[in-house]
Amino acid sequence: MAASNHVSHDHGHEDAHGSLKSYVVGFGLSVLLTLASFGTVMSGVVPHHLMMPGIVLFAVAQLLVQLVFFLHMGTSPGKRGNLTIMLFTMLILAIVVVGSLWVLHNMNANMMHPTFPQVPTE
Amino acid sequence: MSATADGMHIPAAHGHDHGHDDGSKTLLGFWIYLMSDCLIFSALFATFAVLANATAGGPTGRELFELPYVLGETALLLVSSFTFGLAMLNMHAGRRQRVMAWLVATFVLGAGFIGMEVHEFAHLIHEGAGPDRSAFLSAYFTLVGTHGLHVTAGLLWLVVMMDQVRRRGLNDDTRRRLSCLSLFWHFLDIVWICVFTFVYLRGAI
Repeated sequence: MAASNHVSHDHGHEDAHGSLKSYVVGFGLSVLLTLASFGTVMSGVVPHHLMMPGIVLFAVAQLLVQLVFFLHMGTSPGKRGNLTIMLFTMLILAIVVVGSLWVLHNMNANMMHPTFPQVPTE
Repeated sequence: MSATADGMHIPAAHGHDHGHDDGSKTLLGFWIYLMSDCLIFSALFATFAVLANATAGGPTGRELFELPYVLGETALLLVSSFTFGLAMLNMHAGRRQRVMAWLVATFVLGAGFIGMEVHEFAHLIHEGAGPDRSAFLSAYFTLVGTHGLHVTAGLLWLVVMMDQVRRRGLNDDTRRRLSCLSLFWHFLDIVWICVFTFVYLRGAI
């Protein structure tokens, strides 16, 4: 049992550190996704209405690539704590960002139109 | 537990675990700090998103941002993230000279990034598009400036770690600290992905 523990520990160690291959793959994918993001906006070949979804897609993809290949996030037992904390943070982050945009968009839509004709109150 | 079979080994293994702290608790704590930092950035991103159109008749992002320049900044930070990864690989292999070489490379790239950002800010302020021009620019300078301050702090930390590795070598303490700095540095590159996407590229659309 001690031996098997030792082996699994070593394996976890290897996962936690990553390898040259994982860094090179992560770097290559990041370069491609960065160029894809800038190319979407700068090249002028992408239709205007597809630009925003395109860059968001490439950004999310690159976030995942860097989390996995550079920060070594994963579901191995030793990493689950970090992953759980990060997912909780993402939840709070989503509430803060989406909530702010939603609430303030509503306020803008409902309260910030001084040029609208006043509705007669009588 | 096969305590009876391995009775002799358990105290030894136990003592070994305590004597040789691999810093995993420190790293978990540092990760929690990074996540709280993430929340600071989420508040700044939300502020920027809300105020992105509040230009008060001043210049818009489309008029101000030079995407090729931003691509240059992005390249510096991305390559520095990669070189820090190579420093960490050499740290785990115990190759001190190569760790130092890659840390120096990371520092030069990071300093280049900060240099470009300071130049960009100075250019904007010179053009009359400083943080006092509009709510959009206030939010822009706060968000991008906060990221820049983080990178600057990372550069100072890099200098300290290069000195510690030079004087003390790669012991448990310097390894643990370099691991924390590595998380910090990669995290800043991840924040930058959101910055160039939601500030620069979205502003230029």
